[in-house]
Amino acid sequence: MTGDPILEIKNLNVDYGLGDQAVHAVRDVNLTLHRGEVLGLAGESGSGKSTLAYGLTRLLAPPGVISGGEVIYHSPDHGTYDVLGLDDKGLRDFRWAETAIVFQGAMNSLNPVHKISTQLTDVLEAHEPKMSAHARNARAREMLKLVGIAADRMDAYPHQLSGGMRQRVMIGMALILQPQVVIMDEPTTALDVVMQRQILGQLIELRERLGFSVIFITHDLSLLVEFSDRIAIMYGGRIVEEAPAGALYKDSLHPYSAGLLGSFPALRGPRRELTGIPGSPPDLKGMPTGCSFHPRCPKVFDPCADNIPVLGPPSTPDGSTRTVACWLHPVVTA
Amino acid sequence: MTIPTSSVEQVIPGQGAMAQPDPARPAKAKRQRFRFIANKKAFTGVVVLGLYILFAIIGPWVAPYDPDARSEDLVQPPSGAHWLGTTHLGQDVLSQILDGTRTVMVVGLAAGAMATILSVLIGVTAGYLGGGWDDSLSALSNVFLVIPALPLIIIVTAAAPSGGAVLVALIIGFTSWAWNARVLRAQTLSLRRRDYIEASRANGEKTWRIILFEILPNLTAIIASGFVGTVIFAVTSEITLAFIGIGADSGWNWGTILFWAQSQQALAQGAWWWFVPAGLAIAFLGTALSLINFGIDEFVSPRLRSAGKTKVKTASGRTVRMRVGFTPVLSNSSAPHTHAKPIPAVTTAAATPVLKKEGSQ
Amino acid sequence: MKYLIQRILFYVFTAWAAITLNFFIPRMIPGDPVKALLSRFQGQMSSDAIESLYILFGLDKDKSLWQQYLDYWVQLFHGDLGLSFTAFPSPVSEVISDALPWTLGLVGVTTIISFFLGTGLGVLAGWRRGSWVDGLLPATTFLSSVPYFWLGLLAIFLLAGPDSFFPSSGGYEPGLVPAWDQYFIPSALQHSLLPALTILISSVSGWILSMRNMMVTVSAEDYITVAHAKGLSDRRVALSYAARNALLPNVSGFALSLGFIVGGTLLVEIVFSYPGLGFLLFRAVTAKDYPLMQGIFLVITISVLVANLIADIAYLLLDPRTRKEG
Ligand SMILES: Nc1ncnc2c1ncn2[C@@H]1O[C@H](COP(=O)(O)OP(=O)(O)O)[C@@H](O)[C@H]1O
Ligand code: SF4
Ligand SMILES: [Mg+2]
Repeated sequence: MTGDPILEIKNLNVDYGLGDQAVHAVRDVNLTLHRGEVLGLAGESGSGKSTLAYGLTRLLAPPGVISGGEVIYHSPDHGTYDVLGLDDKGLRDFRWAETAIVFQGAMNSLNPVHKISTQLTDVLEAHEPKMSAHARNARAREMLKLVGIAADRMDAYPHQLSGGMRQRVMIGMALILQPQVVIMDEPTTALDVVMQRQILGQLIELRERLGFSVIFITHDLSLLVEFSDRIAIMYGGRIVEEAPAGALYKDSLHPYSAGLLGSFPALRGPRRELTGIPGSPPDLKGMPTGCSFHPRCPKVFDPCADNIPVLGPPSTPDGSTRTVACWLHPVVTA
Repeated sequence: MTIPTSSVEQVIPGQGAMAQPDPARPAKAKRQRFRFIANKKAFTGVVVLGLYILFAIIGPWVAPYDPDARSEDLVQPPSGAHWLGTTHLGQDVLSQILDGTRTVMVVGLAAGAMATILSVLIGVTAGYLGGGWDDSLSALSNVFLVIPALPLIIIVTAAAPSGGAVLVALIIGFTSWAWNARVLRAQTLSLRRRDYIEASRANGEKTWRIILFEILPNLTAIIASGFVGTVIFAVTSEITLAFIGIGADSGWNWGTILFWAQSQQALAQGAWWWFVPAGLAIAFLGTALSLINFGIDEFVSPRLRSAGKTKVKTASGRTVRMRVGFTPVLSNSSAPHTHAKPIPAVTTAAATPVLKKEGSQ
Repeated sequence: MKYLIQRILFYVFTAWAAITLNFFIPRMIPGDPVKALLSRFQGQMSSDAIESLYILFGLDKDKSLWQQYLDYWVQLFHGDLGLSFTAFPSPVSEVISDALPWTLGLVGVTTIISFFLGTGLGVLAGWRRGSWVDGLLPATTFLSSVPYFWLGLLAIFLLAGPDSFFPSSGGYEPGLVPAWDQYFIPSALQHSLLPALTILISSVSGWILSMRNMMVTVSAEDYITVAHAKGLSDRRVALSYAARNALLPNVSGFALSLGFIVGGTLLVEIVFSYPGLGFLLFRAVTAKDYPLMQGIFLVITISVLVANLIADIAYLLLDPRTRKEG
């Protein structure tokens, strides 16, 4: 399933604010997305998932700043480059054509005063100026059909569509330029469960057909286990564990991942008790020392409070395919 | 007249969600109330307003002359004896301005207070009670809003038997509450839907207690901003009335000075000292009040703040303005940057990072 | 459509309220001043004219209030607003219709220009925060705190004069006859420049500021981020996404603040002795010409209501959400 890397996030740091007042919302994040892969990103709300997604596309509004790192994009046609080094024009060209995003607040993602068709075709106008108006329209129609919306809704305004339909429009819009990477930030939280699964099922099917990669963000780990290839878990702005979806589900190494898994009922297989995680997410302004999870961790022990655990491959049998940042699983250094 | 421009006042029903104060406010409000003064604009405004209030109190006493007293020095430019010159009757302009400050401030503040009380009563009632109350009170405010205020004030004051400052204040107050009532209604409506208010209601808390202790404290900033805005309007209206000769018999105010300056050909005589100081007095008072309101606005919706560092140095060494849609990449980044340089394909294993922080083995 | 009908009903209601106010206010005047004026012109007035003034001011104490009210309405429907005392023996309606075009031309046109100019600058100030337009804000705050009429005084003092290009008073060269010809039109334009400029300078800042604030508010909406994420040009995001949405509250704000603005602009006419409704109102107040005052108030109110309705229609066209649900 997975091929070469398409997007590599290296040591990414994102702050809100400058200087002393800066809040470090994403710290030293390293992640690699491979061609054709669905990478899930999970974590409690406030753990920095959205900040990471917006940071790597440089869409964060002030006071957000990227305080370090690289986002290496391997373009199939234009070589390899650092997205963080692009100028405004380069960034505009990169956006949507290479990486499209479906936003968390999909309900408000559509401009209320323009027709759906206008909002679908203006992307084409910006990125493929040579395309005729007729062709643009045909393309937009085709995208709507792809996501299961009747073509006669082209002339509808956003307020005339239901939440699920708006969500589909956004997914269709994200795919209109056939990007290599689609980032979905809690794309379905506002929808009911049936609708969620239906839309996600469609998306995965489309992915198989069109061959793009997906970064899928949610606080609902159950969705990820079902729909993604690999899962990264975020806590307090850091990635604390990354593993193939099945491995993570069967055998999570980080106590926080275990806690997250315990927060929702098992989909299949044996029932387990719903435990949740006691305590509340850390305050970014006063991060705990050492492992930032240690005040809530059921397995906290000696080194945890003072030393930050490093994300790296653990010494488990499947260690080469996963990483974890926990003193219970010291990193094997090659 | 002043166009109400406060963003707080831009809350239009149906779009109210955009300008609502932070839901986390109730808890924080107290602590932040003091920080409002720390706002540079608000501070300047408060200081200047304080000066005006001071002169409203001591003005008539410190005035060098009796503002009505005539002298031989007709239409004299500013001099040591008459700092701001004299009128066609040889009256001292400075004394007239100082004497007029009291009337202006009293009418402005009284009208502002009256309009504010009316707007709170009507706006909060409409927003909280809803239903038929809301419909009729909203219609009432809208009627008062679209009927042009100044012409209405003019015909009412002209019809009233020779008024005096109090009557002018009453009339202005009675005709200028509508805008604030509208804003307050919208805010109350959104507050009422908040969980903690719903909870109080479910607990059978008395309506007046909820309004007094849960709703009103959260409306403080808006009420204050409405009050300040109405004072601006009242001062301008009052001076305008005096300028066209209504209420001119009720003592000096800056409008009366302008009335005489205009009718006695101050312009044609080049007697700038006759009308410039009064106008500046109005302008500075108005600016001070507007500054206070900007302060309140920025306090309620921090987004509007233009202060603070907006320029940052980027990785490429240029200085850019922080703006929506193009997050800056800071120059002090820890990792070396390889700008758009082709990079050899990296394997997953090689990409596995090792943190450089204190915890790494 | 439902929205528009609602609005129209509201304006009809407001017009009714204003007319009713206009009915009651003169009744607060103790009968004497009007009676005094009446008796001054007694010999020169037709009995119809006297009758009409009796109805307007409720001088006929024998009739019930309700009957007076009905008579008042009947009279209004005949377009009879009584006789003006200052312009005796012209009827008020005639005096007003001579002045109305001047006010519509000056106040109407400058208010619209001011709205568009201010909105445009506000878009710039809100989109490019920290740019030169932001530097303009303190100055505009100061200017908007100045009463319009005082700025007019200052403008006359500084710019007008015997040998200046700008005439200091009037609506056209004395001696010209109002007509659509090559003598009158340029003269009328020349006379309106300075008052127009005065109104523009003092009113534009309000629009700049409110549009700037709306732009800043709207810029944080999700669909703006989406527009950036789509890689659209800065211009397109600024205009078609941000400004287009920020305009909506500004248009409804325009409708709502017309009542405020009109008052100030009328005063400018007084300073420039401009032959419009404002100057007329001033003369009516000075001469205690009550019928004229009442008539002017009514006409101004109705004009503002019509302007409001037009702004509502503009809003309707701009915001698809107010149109019929499809
Ligand atoms: N504008 C901001 N200023 C300061 N802190 C912010 C801002 N936006 C978000 N944060 C903080 O950044 C952290 C990460 O937020 P976010 O990325 O939205 O989390 P998630 O998407 O995982 O729920 C949160 O703790 C939040 O409080
Ligand atoms: S490092 Fe320690 S505190 Fe942190 S997750 Fe592992 S066991 Fe818990
Ligand atoms: Mg999020």
